[in-house]
Amino acid sequence: MTTTQADPVRPAAPAPVAARRRLRPGRLGVHAFLMAVSLAFLAPLLLAVYASLRPYDETSEYGYFSLPRHLSLDYYRQAFTDSGMTKYFVNTLIIAVPGVLITLFLASFVAFALARLKMRGGLVLLMLFTAGNLLPQQVIVTPLYVVFNRIPLPYWMSDSMTMFDSYWAVVLVQIGFQIGFCVFVLANFMRTLPSEILEAAVVDGAGVWTRFWRITLPLCRPALAALGTLQFTWMYNDFLWALVFISDGDKLPITSALNNLRGQFFTDYNLLAAGSVIVALPTLIVFLLLQRHFIAGLTLGSGKG
Amino acid sequence: MPFISGRRTGRRGTRRYTRRDLVVLGVLLGLPVLLDLAIVWGPTLASVVLSFTSWDGIGDIEWVGTRNYVNLFTNYPQFWPAARHNLLWLAFLGLVATPFGLLLAVLIDRGVRFSRFYQSTLYMPVVLSLAVVGFIAQLVFSRDQGALNAVIGDTETPTDWLGDPDLNIWMILLAAAWRHTGYVMILYLAGLKAVDQSLKEAAAIDGASEAQTFFRVVFPTLRPVNVIVGVITVIESLRAFDIVYAVNHGRNGLELLSVLVTDNIIGEASRIGFGSAIAVVLLTVSLGFVVTYLVQELRGEKDR
Repeated sequence: MTTTQADPVRPAAPAPVAARRRLRPGRLGVHAFLMAVSLAFLAPLLLAVYASLRPYDETSEYGYFSLPRHLSLDYYRQAFTDSGMTKYFVNTLIIAVPGVLITLFLASFVAFALARLKMRGGLVLLMLFTAGNLLPQQVIVTPLYVVFNRIPLPYWMSDSMTMFDSYWAVVLVQIGFQIGFCVFVLANFMRTLPSEILEAAVVDGAGVWTRFWRITLPLCRPALAALGTLQFTWMYNDFLWALVFISDGDKLPITSALNNLRGQFFTDYNLLAAGSVIVALPTLIVFLLLQRHFIAGLTLGSGKG
Repeated sequence: MPFISGRRTGRRGTRRYTRRDLVVLGVLLGLPVLLDLAIVWGPTLASVVLSFTSWDGIGDIEWVGTRNYVNLFTNYPQFWPAARHNLLWLAFLGLVATPFGLLLAVLIDRGVRFSRFYQSTLYMPVVLSLAVVGFIAQLVFSRDQGALNAVIGDTETPTDWLGDPDLNIWMILLAAAWRHTGYVMILYLAGLKAVDQSLKEAAAIDGASEAQTFFRVVFPTLRPVNVIVGVITVIESLRAFDIVYAVNHGRNGLELLSVLVTDNIIGEASRIGFGSAIAVVLLTVSLGFVVTYLVQELRGEKDR
């Protein structure tokens, strides 16, 4: 990890001039290979998009690879109106936005304490957080399921009157589980910051909070942006937590909801394609816009399973 | 700063904390630690304890010793197939997808043109959720309406890629590898960028071929990335869940340990003790790798 920190923000650093001078036959082979693999990687996505734009009768009659006779966004309209996908997107935001923000805030303080305060026992704490993030989710699902069923919540917090089947449960688990990864990444990042600034602040009498909030955190903006992007995708993509901790279909976030919608979609694969594209679209857009951050986040601390 | 706490005078002057500092530290360090213990480590421990009981989630907790484990290994027909599938998953990702990702990274790192395009395209599947990958797999592999059968013109006796229990695990592995390859590639790309160019030049001057340079000089310096990739591969193989659940709830040839855990606790049966025993098997295997990884990290930590 230490070695990968050097240049994660510029993934496409300019190649050595000598290497791209001219097109040799070997180079052509490499291009052919990479192009073929890229196309193979893109094909399933393109297929889904193409299928979602065509009426099912047409594909079933002429096959998926026929030229289109009708192209329309009908399936997208249908997926939105008939199955109320907007509602599920809102559910995702209700879970992911506080999830990402709180995770980043708490994790950055822990990382600050571990990396910048030189506390005793810091290493043990770091291990505790890092290892926790690597455990299989299924190991912690059962006891949490039981406990959440027994924690009563007032009606204004959860209409199920328990922690179970409420957004609180999913948000809390997301935070608890993802903090480990963020602590690990941020602690690594904070170690690279020059310690002189902090020492100067100590001399000036800055307290722990000032040193954290005013001095360290602003320097961590690139790492926080990278992690925020990554965390949002992970929470958006989460499938298991919501599946286990939410029983009311109307409260499901979008990724888990797709599974329920499949019943409606089953008769029509092109509608399923549209549903998949709709669910995939936000993360794809985030990826295309914030590619740099994404890759930086991953390579900054690649301990995520 | 009026309240200098005398107790906390450490080796250095910078380690003095005021009362306010201690409150900030206590709350902001205590809260995440508590959360981590409550959400991750507490339940892990509870799973281990529950695995020795026959609890159904409602009645009394009855101690049954190792009965769950004995039943699991000898008397639960889904267990061994599921364990085999997890192993197959690990072997496929580790021996096919990971080396393939490394190959792609090496090719792109040589500075080909359009490397940005290749890199983005190959990485794109990683941002999709495994659930969506599962749905797309259905589009491609479905028997009557799938694209694969359409491509190979297999309309007379269409192959049921996802329905045939001998075949479907391989198709799902392909889909999982679609995502894993890009992930591995990005990690290796970052690692390769950090390799000292002069090492390669020195090797070239000594007359090493490109392959020799890679295997003898470059690859050994990638050790930290190799460790990370190894851990990710193992953990992903043990955790695998979403994709098979999205395809057919992990039945009929797609059984995985993670699915068995989920089935036992959220199904009607609610066999929490038994489900926990399966979870503990998963935990034991993954902890082995996690500990190895942490020891590795710890060594790096000392060098800082």
